[in-house]
Amino acid sequence: MRRTLAILAGNPLSALGVLLIALVVLSAIFADFIAPFPEHRGAVVDFVNFNKPPEWPYIFGTDLVGRDLFSRILYAYRISLILGVVVLAVAVPIGVTVGLVAGYFGGWTEAILMRITDVFLSIPPLVLAMSMMGLLEPTLTNGMLAVTAMWWPWYTRLVYNLTRAEKEEGYVLAAEVIGASKAHIIFREILPNCVPSILTKMTLDLGFVILIASSLSFLGLGVQPPTPDLGSMVAEGAKYLPDSWWLTVFPGLAILVAVFGFNLLGDALREIFGVDQ
Amino acid sequence: MTAPTLLIRDLHLGFKTYGGLVEVLHGISLHIGQGERVALVGESGSGKSVTARLVIGLLQMMRGARVSGLLQFEGRNLEKLSAAERHALRGTRMSMIFQDPTSSLNPIYTVGAQFQEVLRRAAPAIDRAAAMEKAARLLDEVLIPDPARVLASYPFQLSGGMNQRVMIAMALANEPSLLIADEPGTALDVTVQAQTLRLMRDVVERHGTSVLFISHNLGVVREFADRVYVIYKGRIVEQARTADLFENPRHPYTQALMRAIPRVTGGGLPEIEEESERFLEPLVVHEGCGEPGGMA
Repeated sequence: MRRTLAILAGNPLSALGVLLIALVVLSAIFADFIAPFPEHRGAVVDFVNFNKPPEWPYIFGTDLVGRDLFSRILYAYRISLILGVVVLAVAVPIGVTVGLVAGYFGGWTEAILMRITDVFLSIPPLVLAMSMMGLLEPTLTNGMLAVTAMWWPWYTRLVYNLTRAEKEEGYVLAAEVIGASKAHIIFREILPNCVPSILTKMTLDLGFVILIASSLSFLGLGVQPPTPDLGSMVAEGAKYLPDSWWLTVFPGLAILVAVFGFNLLGDALREIFGVDQ
Repeated sequence: MTAPTLLIRDLHLGFKTYGGLVEVLHGISLHIGQGERVALVGESGSGKSVTARLVIGLLQMMRGARVSGLLQFEGRNLEKLSAAERHALRGTRMSMIFQDPTSSLNPIYTVGAQFQEVLRRAAPAIDRAAAMEKAARLLDEVLIPDPARVLASYPFQLSGGMNQRVMIAMALANEPSLLIADEPGTALDVTVQAQTLRLMRDVVERHGTSVLFISHNLGVVREFADRVYVIYKGRIVEQARTADLFENPRHPYTQALMRAIPRVTGGGLPEIEEESERFLEPLVVHEGCGEPGGMA
């Protein structure tokens, strides 16, 4: 713990990452209390105050139907974080298990699992997600499904490589010799040694998942209105650039802060765990 | 006469590769009596370690390994046992120590946690307190000064010699009747190696454990073993009591091995023939060198 603090203190960028993410997470959790107009997350129309530049009480301005952008961004963070966490919560266990099994057993198991993974990796991620969303209804659940489908193979790759290296360690052989089961060796001996790398990648990825999800909703394939979403807010505002600049700039900055924050935090974790990639 | 702890008769091992079957062991015979310390000596690639892995039953699981011959453990034919029965023997009746003690311990668990796993093999219901107490007693036996501290440490916090002692204590924790030591301590420096080997000899003697000691280091073997088998190119070429072997090596390969030891007193590295006609010609074992009752 003391070492962790020392690393954070010694590296201002890491500290900044922690700060930004704390800001994003707290504002998502306490959106109900922070947002000046909590009801604006839904389908509210206020034509008196529509398309206003930043001014009190609308610090980020209002959108084309008069909703407070600041409030909507806070709620959009909530959706983005939920999406990121759910996607990783599904993609990581799948990817990690496939990687462990392929790496540990080798042979045909490895050949088949890794080639399937390669197939997923060879499709451009956005194209895969777009075609899935095109086939299915463009809802939040399907958005998560699409992003998950393109995300797990990266964990398989990572864990597969780590497992190949860990498998050669003496303690794996020692565990085999004392008669430990394969499940024990994979999940209790090898997996814990991969955890630092997985956690680091997850932190970095949270930012990227948010970015990809925003790209999808920018294209109209993600979260549907009136639910606030950073990507669709940028898309909507882009039509009115440069006059109503606040419509695009603030949601865009919000994405930037989240992605940048998770990246810095990921780098900090990498340093704390001593993972090299 | 009770059955020897380990009896190997005419053991063959081959690996199926794309280029056909490569034979690695050409019919090895050896035996280890109860409480006997037997060394298997040979150069790299002579088949020492595969023999050990066959005994513990790790190689049989590999695809492409072709094994034939008799492997008998305490009078039971290992090849006839079911997978579950073989599995039950590992870690309880037979255990193994490896070259590098530090990498043999998982870096993310404390020594105590790993000790508990080992003890659970024999007594699945053992609780933490009882396991720690037993572990501390075992560590005390291998002369570890502060067992409680060591049990709470991670392997990378301990020295190589310390880890080696921990490994010895773990290997003997479930009172196995056979301990296979695959070049133990080769990764340690010589003074620590000598200390831990002496310690290991005392401990196995006290427990009455039989040991199959695999090494390329004749000096170490001389100190540790009661009896020595010399293995060369997948064949046992000579077998003798340790004292007799060093007194009077009969097989040309054994003689070459002895000459190959660099002297502390200098004189440069000895010149030895890479592979003389004489070692190969009698790959049939020299008279009087072989395993009694073995098939050569």
